[in-house]
Amino acid sequence: MSAETGSADFHASSSKALLDPSLRANFRRAMDGLMAKRAAQFPDPAEWEALRSLAASIRARTLAKLPELLDALETRCAANGIRVHWAETTDDANEIVLGILRARGATRLVKGKSMVSEEMHLNDFLEKNGVESLESDLGEYIIQLDGETPSHIIMPAIHKSRQQIARLFGEKIRGAEYTEDVDALTATARRVLRRKFFEAEAGVSGVNIAVAETGTLVLVENEGNGRMSTHVPPVHIALMGIEKVVEKLEDVAPILTVLTRSATGQPVSTYLNLISGPRGPGEKDGPGEVHLVILDNGRSRIFADQEVAATLRCIRCGACMNYCPVYTRVGGHAYEAVYPGPIGSILTPQTEGLAKRHDLPHASSLCHACVEVCPVKIPITQILVTLRKESAHASPEFLVKGAGGGRDRLEDLAWWGWRMAHVSPLLYKAMSLGLRVFGPLLKGGAGPLKAWTQARTMPRRAPRTLHDLASEKGLPDA
Amino acid sequence: MKPEAVYFFGTCVVDLFFPEAGLAGIELLKREGVRVIFPRGQTCCAQPPFNCGHHAEARAVARVQIALFPRDLPVVVPSGSCAGMMRHHYPELFAGEPDEAAAIAFAGRVVELTQFLVNVLGVRLTDRGGPETVTWHSSCHGLREMGLEAEPKGLLAQLGNVRVAPLTRERECCGFGGTFSVRYPDISSAMVADKVADVVQSGASVVLSADAACLLNIGGALEKTGAAARPMHLAEFLWERTRER
Repeated sequence: MSAETGSADFHASSSKALLDPSLRANFRRAMDGLMAKRAAQFPDPAEWEALRSLAASIRARTLAKLPELLDALETRCAANGIRVHWAETTDDANEIVLGILRARGATRLVKGKSMVSEEMHLNDFLEKNGVESLESDLGEYIIQLDGETPSHIIMPAIHKSRQQIARLFGEKIRGAEYTEDVDALTATARRVLRRKFFEAEAGVSGVNIAVAETGTLVLVENEGNGRMSTHVPPVHIALMGIEKVVEKLEDVAPILTVLTRSATGQPVSTYLNLISGPRGPGEKDGPGEVHLVILDNGRSRIFADQEVAATLRCIRCGACMNYCPVYTRVGGHAYEAVYPGPIGSILTPQTEGLAKRHDLPHASSLCHACVEVCPVKIPITQILVTLRKESAHASPEFLVKGAGGGRDRLEDLAWWGWRMAHVSPLLYKAMSLGLRVFGPLLKGGAGPLKAWTQARTMPRRAPRTLHDLASEKGLPDA
Repeated sequence: MKPEAVYFFGTCVVDLFFPEAGLAGIELLKREGVRVIFPRGQTCCAQPPFNCGHHAEARAVARVQIALFPRDLPVVVPSGSCAGMMRHHYPELFAGEPDEAAAIAFAGRVVELTQFLVNVLGVRLTDRGGPETVTWHSSCHGLREMGLEAEPKGLLAQLGNVRVAPLTRERECCGFGGTFSVRYPDISSAMVADKVADVVQSGASVVLSADAACLLNIGGALEKTGAAARPMHLAEFLWERTRER
């Protein structure tokens, strides 16, 4: 991914994405559907406010005592027979997974959906090391077939039309006929995957919530592939970020309530898996071993910075992207990051650093649509502004990785000039007169004016300003 | 309770590009028997540098504004966005500064114009205009920071001869976003193009908003595409239709 080589640039990739009308239509249609489904689940504003307040307070309480909860989780998991591994970096996490597989001579793996595994680029890593890693979530399976990354954290193949999927299956799956019938396409994937579940020597999954009090791993899904991946192979490896823990079992329901409704507009998911350990003596099924890999990958740094720590409240529902007017128009791939949309625009610059990704905090009109629908009340726009601030200036007080990395001397100069023109009523008047005299001469040839006039006419300063009119009307000055 | 006087903060976009909207707002207040004070030194709420992360510059300009409005009177602002900046972000901008308390006190007095007209003054309007179809763009900061929805719509509903044809995506951003429009011109242009198409399909002859910055964006795009609808600030529309001639 180009984000790793430092060449990621939302400017170029978003402009390119806008040139693809079918991509834009696919996203618009899909996001309209997701918004309508979510809205139908929260018909009562008072109830919505109560539900999200509860979920937000649970997540905030969790983060307030994150280190001790992670210790408790490790202890409880160990008592349940789940082996816990700590990974500071994605490289560490990959090596841990590979180590587990090698120790058992496993070369075939099935995966449930996991965004942490996307952070790790686990499939690529395993394939380079001779392990077949097959995605079993239908959307993930589709994009894996096509060599792509997810364009949405909940609906990874949302950028593809039915016709595109039909063509892909026809080309890539042996024995599959071209059909646009969704049920037939699903049946084809199911036929392939069924066999793989039984051949797999290990299964990998993500974790939606880990309960410190009981050492329980909670996993929601709709296809049953998550249960198959965690249940059928002899080894189950669960991957989670450090922030996914909660304190008590009773914290789970309020989070799930807002998670599934916000994500897919479902009051409950089709499957809810509560994994509390490997197969016990006398039990008929379940894996013989369960491992939990807990990944940091920059999260500790976010946790330690009060200005941005609320980023870690995220429960990965994807509602912020569904409602984002920017995401809707350019799609997820344009962000050139694992997490697209508003949450990605605050998370990616923090994990990759502002020097690399100072483009993303500005990839928002600050319309607040994301804040309005966030079920855990992450102040996304406020964090975007904080990241803009820390990007534009270096200061010992700024703790975000790569702070000052987006500094632009020309922009500094422009804001200095702006300040001068607005702290002094006299200079403001001079600027106002200047606009009147010279404004009509501007043809919008370069820079911001060219950008503005691409879709709009040049604004014309009014013949008489409100200051002029106020004086004419004799309004009191104080 | 109705105050005997209010301050009016016109905003820079209204001052330079939509002065009639500002004057209309002032006239609407005066008609209710409120004395309107317009401090001449006022310039801008400082939202542009604030949103771009240049907070020292924003603070310098905000500080000058706060000093111009010293009396304990409401500060009425004909913009949901600028009002949101002054009401909700000044306390954040001045956190830990020596004049933090003054900024918080000032922020508490900031009121958006239509909210003041409805919630404080309880205005009743008499429509004196002919039949007209308009549409309403709910500007994002007004809607989501100031909770501005019932008030402007309620005022419009008082005009008997005006039909409001809703936009398909009334709550969607027009794509302005301050410097967003020039940092990401392609995305911003795509957004405003969709907004223009929505305005055109509504069949309205006027697109109304309580935020001049959105009107600068939507209006410029309407003009560029040669669409017939024109942009107008709600205050100007209300005043023009209800004034005695």
